[in-house]
Amino acid sequence: MELLDLPGLYSIYPKSQDEEVVFQVLRQKDHRDHPDLVIVVMDATNLERNLFLATQILDLGIPTLLIANMIDLMDKDQVGVNLEKLSELLGGVPLVPFNARTGQDLALLKSVLLEVPLEVMPSPHTQEFMNLEEWNTGRQEEAALGEARYKRIRQILSFCQPLPRKRSVRHQKWDQILTHPVWGYLIFLSLLALIFQTIFAWSEVPMNLIDTVFLTLSQWTQATLPNGSLTDLISQGLIPGLGGVMIFIPQIALLFGFIFVLEETGYMARVVFITDRLMRPFGLNGRSIVPLISGVACAIPAVMATRTIDHWKERLITIMVVPLMSCSARLPVYTLLIALVVPDVSWGIFNLKGMVLMALYLVGFVAALFSALLFKWILKTKEKSFLVMELPDYKTPRWSNLGITMLEKCKVFVWEAGKVILAISVILWILASYGPGDQMASAIAKIPVPTESAQQADYQQQVKSVALEHSYIGIAGKWMEPAIQPLGYNWQIGISLITSFVAREVFVGSMATIYSVGETFESDQTLLERMSHQRNGLGKPVYTLASGISLMLFYAFAMQCMSTLAVVRRETKSWKWPLIQLVYMTALAYISALIAFNLLN
Amino acid sequence: MTLDQVSNSSRSYIVKDIKKDPLMTKLIDMGLFPGKEIRLLFKAPFGDPIAIDVQGYTLSLRREEAALISIE
Repeated sequence: MELLDLPGLYSIYPKSQDEEVVFQVLRQKDHRDHPDLVIVVMDATNLERNLFLATQILDLGIPTLLIANMIDLMDKDQVGVNLEKLSELLGGVPLVPFNARTGQDLALLKSVLLEVPLEVMPSPHTQEFMNLEEWNTGRQEEAALGEARYKRIRQILSFCQPLPRKRSVRHQKWDQILTHPVWGYLIFLSLLALIFQTIFAWSEVPMNLIDTVFLTLSQWTQATLPNGSLTDLISQGLIPGLGGVMIFIPQIALLFGFIFVLEETGYMARVVFITDRLMRPFGLNGRSIVPLISGVACAIPAVMATRTIDHWKERLITIMVVPLMSCSARLPVYTLLIALVVPDVSWGIFNLKGMVLMALYLVGFVAALFSALLFKWILKTKEKSFLVMELPDYKTPRWSNLGITMLEKCKVFVWEAGKVILAISVILWILASYGPGDQMASAIAKIPVPTESAQQADYQQQVKSVALEHSYIGIAGKWMEPAIQPLGYNWQIGISLITSFVAREVFVGSMATIYSVGETFESDQTLLERMSHQRNGLGKPVYTLASGISLMLFYAFAMQCMSTLAVVRRETKSWKWPLIQLVYMTALAYISALIAFNLLN
Repeated sequence: MTLDQVSNSSRSYIVKDIKKDPLMTKLIDMGLFPGKEIRLLFKAPFGDPIAIDVQGYTLSLRREEAALISIE
């Protein structure tokens, strides 16, 4: 038996893209996913509205099994619906009470599922769905049909539900606090701070571990396999590429873990509720806030988290601007450059270096909002934005589903984005390792080979540096120098801009290779020293406040993350949007870096 | 009067009519049909959106969406 989980909906008439999918699957008998049996899971505490969809599906003429879920709450609220009577009034359709939270009676449900007759219950209303092709033109008629349906449901329920349900007031106090104009935002912001602290704290160890494992694996293959280009490809291209995919898993898993808990408890709907008004002027809605803020950790899970936005245009805008939020991969770049060019000045507790870092995060957020505004004007849509949304009761999350969600999200990322990331990192590795003709070999041959073994390490670093300079990427870096010179950069930075495409933090490593020093600049000051002594053709320092700020702005805005592009392609199902994103973000980066450099220089 | 004008959360109203609009069917789907008893629960900061009780469940609506619903 194959079970297919369809997106949740309130009515069979589609109002968004995922509802359209359900509509097609259920209506077209020859659709490849058309089911033999539809299982409609209803909220037993709210039968009137849930029967709306259930009776529509019954009327479609597909064999149906109804499940009255959350039956424990129905008993608690003493709604007391006579389910046998209800089933009878609906034409004898099988109706099973259930409690998914405890899973009790699961065996009973399974046995019912096997025995349920795969035949259509006679429905007097099948007529409604005869010419559904025209439903789009007859909205007025659709509304009238909806009203008539509710009248019929009320009638049916009046026979089997003696007391209409009263609103339970048990959660109203929570709503008073969580949607409060002051407390509501304060609680939300503190929760966010806590979540990010936890994500950074908890993901550090596994991320370092993944890093070490792949580094060891790469060294091991290099040492074990016979020398040659294939070995180099595996140990320096393929394995680090794989590692570059896996390194994101801890952050993705944790972020989605937290989002799951916020969704399940019902809190997320309140966040949407209190932020909707603030986001609306920018072409976004309340549901955009979580992806935007998740972008501070990493744009990849953030783009994946936009799926909760059912309005396509608003979802697309959110996807387009999320990578402008300063993600954690930018942090090492900011740290290095701030240490290099920002003077050590303090006013009381405020330190200029810290202020610059904060300003970079702010500037990313502001750029995201204004780009959203721009897309709001450009993109056209017929879909109307709405926020008619249910605010669910507060519940404790089902912890057993937490692990499943985290695993599922990681799997999607590794399979879908992983393919592209792996391919591009292999290509970039080839471009960084090979050059045209024998330029690279002859340049390396010119470096004097040391006689003492103490200088061996230094020699190796020089070889690496010269090899990168004469590789295809090195040549490209020099070739693009005229284009980036107005921003205050030299060809060394050009090379790092290209290699950063694997991931932004690669900037630090590339700089270290180019200036042939060790990579750990925090413990080892050599990289900082070498960079600060760099002079341009006129004998002036390359890394000044002007070029440093220009470079930081470039990193803040430029789309230099192929993993994000891969995920955007997956989420939008086309290369069009990631390409637009690449172009507009690079343009934004170039222009703002150009302005900053010329203002400060 | 329309639902967006309500500020009193202690009394219930009956949905009288829903204005013709692309959102009309969405509102009906969600259970806001003429004859339904509703009550304002609370408002978001800046008074928009609002949350209403629809005989046992809570719906949120933007003000412009609430303006489509006439009540008595």
